[in-house]
Amino acid sequence: MTAQSPILEVKDLETQFHTQDGTVHAVNGVSFDLNSGEFLGVVGESGSGKSVTMMSLLRLIPMPPGKIVAGQAMFEGRDLLTLELEDLRTVRGGRIGFIFQDPLTSLNPVLTIGFQIMESLHIHTKLSDEKREARAIELLQLVGIPGAKKRLESYPHELSGGMRQRVMIAMSLACSPRVIIADEPTTALDVTIQAQIIEIIRDLREKLGTAVIWITHDLGVIAGLADRVLVMYGGLIVEEAPVGELYANPQHPYTEGLLGSIPRLDQKGMQLINIKGQPPSLYQKPDSCPFAPRCPYVFDRCREENPPLLEVKMGHSTACWWDMDNQRPRYGS
Amino acid sequence: MATTQERVEEQVDLQPARPGEKHRSLSEDVWRQFKRHKGAMIGLVLLAIVVLASVIGPFVYPLDPYDIDTSLANMNPTWTHPMGTDNLGRDVMARVLIGGRISLAVGFAAMLFGLFLGTAVGVISGFFKKFDGPLMRVTDLFLALPILPLLLVVIMLFRESLKDAFGENVGIFILVVFIIGVTSWMQTARVVRGEVLAIKEEEFVLAAHSIGTRKRNVVMRHILPNVLSPVMVSAALGVASAVLTESALSFLGLGFPADFPTWGRLLFDAKGYLQLNPMRAIWPGVMICLAVMSVNFIGDGIRDALDPKARSK
Repeated sequence: MTAQSPILEVKDLETQFHTQDGTVHAVNGVSFDLNSGEFLGVVGESGSGKSVTMMSLLRLIPMPPGKIVAGQAMFEGRDLLTLELEDLRTVRGGRIGFIFQDPLTSLNPVLTIGFQIMESLHIHTKLSDEKREARAIELLQLVGIPGAKKRLESYPHELSGGMRQRVMIAMSLACSPRVIIADEPTTALDVTIQAQIIEIIRDLREKLGTAVIWITHDLGVIAGLADRVLVMYGGLIVEEAPVGELYANPQHPYTEGLLGSIPRLDQKGMQLINIKGQPPSLYQKPDSCPFAPRCPYVFDRCREENPPLLEVKMGHSTACWWDMDNQRPRYGS
Repeated sequence: MATTQERVEEQVDLQPARPGEKHRSLSEDVWRQFKRHKGAMIGLVLLAIVVLASVIGPFVYPLDPYDIDTSLANMNPTWTHPMGTDNLGRDVMARVLIGGRISLAVGFAAMLFGLFLGTAVGVISGFFKKFDGPLMRVTDLFLALPILPLLLVVIMLFRESLKDAFGENVGIFILVVFIIGVTSWMQTARVVRGEVLAIKEEEFVLAAHSIGTRKRNVVMRHILPNVLSPVMVSAALGVASAVLTESALSFLGLGFPADFPTWGRLLFDAKGYLQLNPMRAIWPGVMICLAVMSVNFIGDGIRDALDPKARSK
């Protein structure tokens, strides 16, 4: 893939939640780029900060208790994190679409799906009523809903889960955004529907050239879809690589553990590897490697210093003191 | 760089609407479902009868409600006086018919006022965290106020000045509506606040924010329609209790002037003659009952009709 100018540049994003029990450091300095038209997978276990990172970009986290402490998110020449709320509204839905995890609760039960799809058009464009409706019908056809015109007048409860997720996708696509952020859009669906939704997203991306950020904890889904993958752990990006490279040659013990814990069809009888221990408490800012307590390769330096995310090969970065290829500490320590 | 408008315009391929396909609107849907609710339809018919009787009745009915003829005092129902006469020989039916105007007007006006206030307070305190504490304490304050002594004081204080400003009847009307409204919004506010607190956390509210909906519109388009059911129920109960409160006020002699008939006033006047002429108290009582009951039925029907899940069945 040729080097493109990134459409979204995130630098040192830090998000915290100030709760009664203390401050939760949900995102601790995350930096990444998204190129236009790129499919970026973001993986990590629950509580690793995937969703909070992406929601922070559009300031969709509840504030308070949430707070974006530091960072920058440049999108079309503007910093989303400091943009006036009025201007941010034009980005939300207009330039960046968001698909939520649970299609069953993400649609308003008392409004027709037509209204909900057209609402975004109403906010961001000055299309006439007929054109808005035509666009809504077209969107529903695009995501593969039969009888689109009639469906505009349906209420969410009249549709199945898969249908509703398609409606959600149609909603997020309404204004042809440059970027779609999909937050585990298939976790609430069964496998066949999941495959259909993935197919739709892949299609749309080819047709419309939209960049996609796909958040998931399912490495299997990402494998066939993404160009590049970010692996998150404890509110940090611990590894970043093109998808093939990541699967063939993981450079972080956590990624290795994740890959080892996927059941595979071609290796019968092999025991799944589990990552022992628990995800880190986020009540403190990490001053050592957050994965150290669970890491099979841990050594002294891991407990003293948090490794920075550094490029170890072309396009492949990892935040680890251990050199997996040579099985020795990295950076001459 | 193309604007959002241009990019979308490019993709919209306007299809002509196919002829013969009827557009369903929300109000039609709600009405269709409402029609199926038997109780609500009965309530609607009853209310229509009561309202028509009060509004048109006095024009059609030949006898004058203020016509005193002591030779006809305390008569039982006859053909000329279907509800009998009172102690001054005035026709009770004429008085019941005209009395309904004020009672119903007060009932609906006070309900609308209280409902508006209650919903506004409930939505604001549910949606905006910083207003929640203060507004709910104010609500508690109003709930703790003893209503009748308050009414006595307010009426005593403001009756004269309002009478001067708007005239006898309009002044009292405003005062009574205001007092009933101000003392009856708290339940609505609490119920609405609770609903808003729950709905605010739903993912569809987040989804609405994520497509760039303004806060104001999130409240108006996404949250408010979801709290309509409890609001409709409070509305129905509100009319009922407003009619009853107005009756109680008049019954205590605090409402409209003594010669001005309302249902409550008629009850008050009749109470001294309960043994001599019991029917005289029953008629306005029956009218209050009918109005309150029919409004409750209608509220029930509207609540069901507004729920899209019940509607599609």
